[in-house]
Amino acid sequence: MSDQLHLTYNISPDDFTRAGEASSDVKGKLKQMGVSPEAVRKVAIAMYEGEINMVIHANGGTINIIVSPDEVKMILEDEGPGIADIELAMQAGYSTAPDKVRSLGFGAGMGLPNMKKYSDQMKIQTELGVGTTVTMTVKL
Amino acid sequence: MTVKELIQKEKYNVVNYGDDLEQDITKPFCCDLLSIAMSKAPEKSVWVTVMGNINTLAVAELTDVACIILAEGAELDNIALQKAKAQNITVLSTNEPIFEAALTVYQYLHD
Repeated sequence: MSDQLHLTYNISPDDFTRAGEASSDVKGKLKQMGVSPEAVRKVAIAMYEGEINMVIHANGGTINIIVSPDEVKMILEDEGPGIADIELAMQAGYSTAPDKVRSLGFGAGMGLPNMKKYSDQMKIQTELGVGTTVTMTVKL
Repeated sequence: MTVKELIQKEKYNVVNYGDDLEQDITKPFCCDLLSIAMSKAPEKSVWVTVMGNINTLAVAELTDVACIILAEGAELDNIALQKAKAQNITVLSTNEPIFEAALTVYQYLHD
């Protein structure tokens, strides 16, 4: 276990001023560890999109990052409303983001598609009214 | 062309000096939707946008763009400016539209 790094971040709800801080911290740590720039970029993009989703849709939540020699695993857990139709949510351009969020430059319906694109594996477990857990893996 | 050389053209107002002015610029990149910028902004590019909020800075930091140019007279709000200073991100501004601002950078790079 000694070759694993485990990081935990609490994501504040509705706080766009802090969104991205967790991703930025992970990016910095991976760089320090000598992870390839390409893998660092994939993790940073996938995690940032997840982080923003948690801020916009899910009243925040918790992100656990586990770095092992061959992969970075990101586990994003929230107690938000859940995703009614995952297939629809995965479509590029589909968004339920409110106008306030769109005015900040988000809500393009690219969040989940970007997360899938930049992770090597993505799993979504969701239950309406209970919450969502997204697990993403980037191979090193 | 480095970020420092771009600044020395005195074409843009300097909103914030970052910590890596010697890095070479690769190309201009135009986008206002942050999710697209997040996935597409090339490393060490000059990102031209009208979005001047804190999330712009977060995306710039995560994508390692060389600097941001705020076009159309867009400004950073106060929180975003603090973030630019804290993260050492170079931010320039101009009253020019996005296309002209990016075109100028392109011409400098291809002179």
